[in-house]
Amino acid sequence: MGGWAIAVHGGAGVDPNLPPHRQEEAKKLLTRCLNLGISALRSNHSAIDVVELVVRELETDPVFNSGRGSALTANGTVEMEASIMDGNGRRCGAVSGLTTVKNPVSLARLVMDKSPHSYLAFSGAEDFARQQGVELVENEYFITEENVGMLKLAKEANTIVFDYRIPAVGSETCSAVAESPLQMNGLPISVYAPETVGCVVVDNQGRCAAATSTGGLMNKMNGRIGDSPLIGAGTYACNLCGVSCTGEGEAIIRGTLAREVAAVMEYKGLSLQEAVDFVIKERLDEGFAGLIAVSNKGDVACGFNTTGMFRGCATEDGFMEVNIWE
Amino acid sequence: MGWAIALQGGAGDIPVTLAAERREPCEAAMRHCLKIGVDALKAQKSPLDVVELVVRELENNPHFNAGRGSVLTREGTVEMEASIMDGNTKRCGAVSGLTTVVNPISLARLVMEKTPHIYLAFDGAERFAREQGVETVDSSHFITQANIERLKQVQEANRVQIDYTKPIQKDEKKETPTADGDSQIGTVGCVAVDSHGNLASATSTGGFVNKMVGRIGDTPIIGAGTYANNLCAVSATGKGEAVMRATIARDVAALMEFKGLSLKEAAAYVIEECVPRGNAGLVAVSAKGEVTMALNTTGMYRACATEDGYSEIGIWPSVQN
Repeated sequence: MGGWAIAVHGGAGVDPNLPPHRQEEAKKLLTRCLNLGISALRSNHSAIDVVELVVRELETDPVFNSGRGSALTANGTVEMEASIMDGNGRRCGAVSGLTTVKNPVSLARLVMDKSPHSYLAFSGAEDFARQQGVELVENEYFITEENVGMLKLAKEANTIVFDYRIPAVGSETCSAVAESPLQMNGLPISVYAPETVGCVVVDNQGRCAAATSTGGLMNKMNGRIGDSPLIGAGTYACNLCGVSCTGEGEAIIRGTLAREVAAVMEYKGLSLQEAVDFVIKERLDEGFAGLIAVSNKGDVACGFNTTGMFRGCATEDGFMEVNIWE
Repeated sequence: MGWAIALQGGAGDIPVTLAAERREPCEAAMRHCLKIGVDALKAQKSPLDVVELVVRELENNPHFNAGRGSVLTREGTVEMEASIMDGNTKRCGAVSGLTTVVNPISLARLVMEKTPHIYLAFDGAERFAREQGVETVDSSHFITQANIERLKQVQEANRVQIDYTKPIQKDEKKETPTADGDSQIGTVGCVAVDSHGNLASATSTGGFVNKMVGRIGDTPIIGAGTYANNLCAVSATGKGEAVMRATIARDVAALMEFKGLSLKEAAAYVIEECVPRGNAGLVAVSAKGEVTMALNTTGMYRACATEDGYSEIGIWPSVQN
């Protein structure tokens, strides 16, 4: 026990029919990001620096739903959000409604470090970004052709799109599973949609940090804020652990999921894995989500009640794993 | 078991020397809102309806930092936010960045009930308000002279004064907000439980004086400013950034659930141990019909009542607590 640990995710809930080349692409990215984090940890970077740099990499790559490759709003634009929390002191920063900021997680960090506030959104956040001189690009930069196609299909189906296709739990007949579209958030899943990203780290000084970033739900109403920028819901870190969640935003918010993991550790004395298992099993009701977490003791854990979660984790003693399925 | 209700009109540095003409309208409002809340509970209205109607009343009252009477951003504008939560279902709704909506809490409720989402903000929220046909007005409606003054004082206190030819106006009868923008009014909120143990919480605010445009505080964040489940309902107020990092509302419920603390113990613990002094206050009710109001600031406008006839209206920490 002890030593550093890191986990990354690219979203919970994966189409069991995801083509192998997409699976490989995702695993490659997760591996690359994990390795980036690992070298930074080996060079004694702090947890807060590591989560930021890893999430930046995930945002820059168009594979997952954050930064470039973000899901599109009903208007066909991109509105990104992110949050970051430093367990050491529980300082936090969050942003929502970003349209030109290349790396939302870095702006969230600047909100935490350079503003008197913890959360900035929409035009106020964009103004702050300009003042801080962060890299800005046109909104088109974030939009991929694939997502334009997804949005069209989503509008035709008039649903909010996730890419989590899960077997109907306890379905009576096989045909029900085969024919009925798999559901999440009570809506039929029509097309593949990309995923929220996140990273949690405990460094070799036992400091925990967490960061989460996303473009949100495909076809979301403009102005819709999900769980990713909400401290206690999508992201949380304290002196005991760091947590980043992904999945049905509404379920994560009402379950205050990230805080829940820390709360049961703190108030019930559960270990990290016990806390993660408890929260996934007992705190999601009918919701679907996943999360990654690290503890100040160097443990790493993940949990999800969806089919699959894009994830990777590594610890100082050499353990490393990148996975999609159970 | 029985019904219970508590409401707050903001925690902060409310000096005991506060002039009567500043204090009385707020106390009267607490009394009035308590009465309408109690009447609604007696008339068997659901706690969700009760917290919404009480917060609407507080939003409409220009003496509190919510709706009309909201504090101003550094640009002199108003950006309001609110959230509401139903303990039974844990459904919730939140809004931020409202500039024309007369009752932010009602829009938060509509987000909860009429959209697949929980939280809408800024232009998107304003557009939704229009689609829903809620009452909207020119944003000048929300701006009061007192808040224009408050903003000016804070901005001047924050600025290095080279030219002293125009001294900062100080009326000895009025309190002076401290330089970090802490004024004596924070947020409004209401929590209620009916005799069946159904709980609800609602909180609404204009935010922080001189805040950056686009700044979101704890009020619309579920788990920070507002929380309700089947154990308790909590509405918190104070320095948004502190309330947010301490996930105050959720922690009260978590302590009850995971450590078996009573409502009062949980609230006291969170306020005393989890947030620095001078930063927060909260009101809470439990499924059993208990009520608690806790603060670590100089004062908090508050009122509560329970079915067995207890009621209390206060500003400063009560001696007997």
